Amino acid sequence: MKFSAKAVILASAWTLSAGLAQAQTSITVGSQLEPPHLDPTSAAAGAIDNVVYSNIFEGLTRFMADGSVVAGLAESWEISDDGLTYTFKLHDGVTFHDGTGMDAEDVKFSLDRARAEDSTNAQKPLFAGITDVTVIDPLTVQVTLSEPNGNFLFNMAWGDAVIVAPESIETITSNPIGTGAFKFADWVQGDRIEIVRNDDYWGTPAKLESATFKFINDPTAAFGAMMAEDIDAFIGFPAPENLPQFEADPRFTVLVGSTEGETILAINNKMPPMDNILVRQAITHAIDRQAIIDGAMFGYGTPIGTHFAPHNPAYVDLTGNSEYDPEKSKALLAEAGLADGFTTTLKLPPPSYARRGGEIIAAQLRAVGIETEITNLEWAQWLEEAFRGKDFGMTIVSHTEPMDIGIYGNPDYYFQYGTEEFQAIMTELNSTTDPDARNALMADAQRNISENYVNGYLFQLAALGVAKANVVGIWTNQPTQAIDLTAVYWAE
Amino acid sequence: MRWNRNLVLGAVLTGLFVVGALISFVWTPSDHTVLDIAGKLKRPGDGNLLGTDHFGRDILTMIMVGARTSIAVALVAVGIGMLAGVPLGLTAAARHGGWLDEVIMRGNDLIFAFPSLVIAILITAVFGASAVNAIIAIGIFNIPVFARLTRSGALSLWGREFIMAARVAGKGAARISAEHILPNIANLLIVQGTIQFSLGILAEAGLSYVGLGAQPPTPSWGRMLADAQTLVSIAPHLALIPGLAIILTVLGLNLMGDGLRDLLDPRLRERSV
Repeated sequence: MKFSAKAVILASAWTLSAGLAQAQTSITVGSQLEPPHLDPTSAAAGAIDNVVYSNIFEGLTRFMADGSVVAGLAESWEISDDGLTYTFKLHDGVTFHDGTGMDAEDVKFSLDRARAEDSTNAQKPLFAGITDVTVIDPLTVQVTLSEPNGNFLFNMAWGDAVIVAPESIETITSNPIGTGAFKFADWVQGDRIEIVRNDDYWGTPAKLESATFKFINDPTAAFGAMMAEDIDAFIGFPAPENLPQFEADPRFTVLVGSTEGETILAINNKMPPMDNILVRQAITHAIDRQAIIDGAMFGYGTPIGTHFAPHNPAYVDLTGNSEYDPEKSKALLAEAGLADGFTTTLKLPPPSYARRGGEIIAAQLRAVGIETEITNLEWAQWLEEAFRGKDFGMTIVSHTEPMDIGIYGNPDYYFQYGTEEFQAIMTELNSTTDPDARNALMADAQRNISENYVNGYLFQLAALGVAKANVVGIWTNQPTQAIDLTAVYWAE
Repeated sequence: MRWNRNLVLGAVLTGLFVVGALISFVWTPSDHTVLDIAGKLKRPGDGNLLGTDHFGRDILTMIMVGARTSIAVALVAVGIGMLAGVPLGLTAAARHGGWLDEVIMRGNDLIFAFPSLVIAILITAVFGASAVNAIIAIGIFNIPVFARLTRSGALSLWGREFIMAARVAGKGAARISAEHILPNIANLLIVQGTIQFSLGILAEAGLSYVGLGAQPPTPSWGRMLADAQTLVSIAPHLALIPGLAIILTVLGLNLMGDGLRDLLDPRLRERSV
């Protein structure tokens, strides 16, 4: 009997240590949205980049956690004196996950595919200036631009500009083959995506052997899964009101950082009466940003006065242009001939910043006489009705792309601004490489949209995450949509 | 007559919410359209009788105005069911065995075959989420309930002597239905109406819980519950109070329906006299 008892203890100790050992080399990361497919070069969905950016696919350059752009697959580069030619020297010995080599032909293929006439790339403007991509030798590729573009290396770091292989492009949406430190393993639709370490990785190998992305859309379920430790980390935690509980719990750490998400009350600039600048100004003065940050985000968020990230060196604080002043708002409405107010629609996508923020904004607008009819929409409906159909008076959405003020130059973009004055600033910015001159132009652009009251600028979305206390290396900030696990590991 | 405990308890519970809803038309503790973010998530008794929600709105106010939404939706939905269902049922009974009877009752079977809440979700999803669409969706599913009940109640009367007498006196089917049959099945309809009323309140709460009922800023118990979901662990009263309101109203209406049946059913009445 004694012997068998000992055996049981030994056996259980063995299973326990096996369990621990397993926990140390893999991680389960929760995320709210499941990607529609896995090709970052043919869709706008940020959920795709969450899974594949840096983990599976890499570009010539890449973003680091602090937002800086460093070398990726390109080892080094030379820029010609006129700023028109970029010669990239590629890393030697890089292979795709299917064993084929990554060389200059793959770079040419990827860039030509992205900028092609029939390309479905969601960020085609990133490639618009490219006139030619030439293979010099297998490890050297030359990119020629039509005009100097100070942002070119930054553009190449986007998830939309990753390098893909012609051999595996057919099946990229379901079986992504990249050069990253992780390989795609399995996708259980509606539940999770699994990736495993790429042992043939050209750079610093990943510390984890495998990782699982688990998709939990419901905030309550996300909270439960994290509390029950079913998942090891949750990036983009959807319920800010629950973060104090994680903070108070020694098992977890709360990650609060910045994102590129400018959360705005988008106004339909072509729909009367909002086509009148006085009315738009009245709307912005009716909004109390701090109440929205406190009420919808439980205090997480930085007020903004224009469409620009406050952590960017070129940011100008323009919140003063639209400070909370209901009396001024009423006066402006009266000046616009709408002393009795007006009624418009407020269409809200699912995130809580929009749904809760929408109720708060509706109450604030009501206080100055503007009635809003709230409609809650699912993302697909929102994209169809508001974004593509432009059938909305106002809507709330967070623009998470980095440095995306250029969208204001497009008169067809859903809020329909795109004045020639603004386009001129953008054109000049694109052809300027001197950093100081660029900052001055970006400041002009910020002032232009702030002073024309294009939209109501609310706050910069905070990057909220929860992780187990001994998980190291998860990005706190979100300089781009990514859950980069290549440097993540478990502390002893 | 014997003291009817169910009826009284049910009437008191239901009355509580009906009176609250009526009072809210003239007075509420505060304005539910004004948010006070600084005063959010107060515990019950902390300046507000039932505390405040995540936007700093007084929960008692929200419950009172929410009762208005619930009762209005359920009442109109039952009204639709009765106004359409009762005449259909009377017609079917009057034409018992005829083609009209068949058409009406098979039509009702068709509506009955669909799961009501799922179809209500479909209707509001297609035609847009609003209190009006919720009323229509819930109301449509009340029609066959009343039509069937009316028909079976009326059929049992059509063979009775006083109906014969009315026929002999030369009255037409429509007049007989209205003057003799309807008053005699009124008790059935009132009892069923109470039960359908409670189901209507549940359906409205269910629809607004998934975001398809009354839209903000109109308060609704179902949406209060949905909003409270992620806050349950830090402010449980946010979910408990609207949850209790739904339970108590539905319980009250069911007890009242039970009590009314005891009171109005002629067979039970004879026994207790």
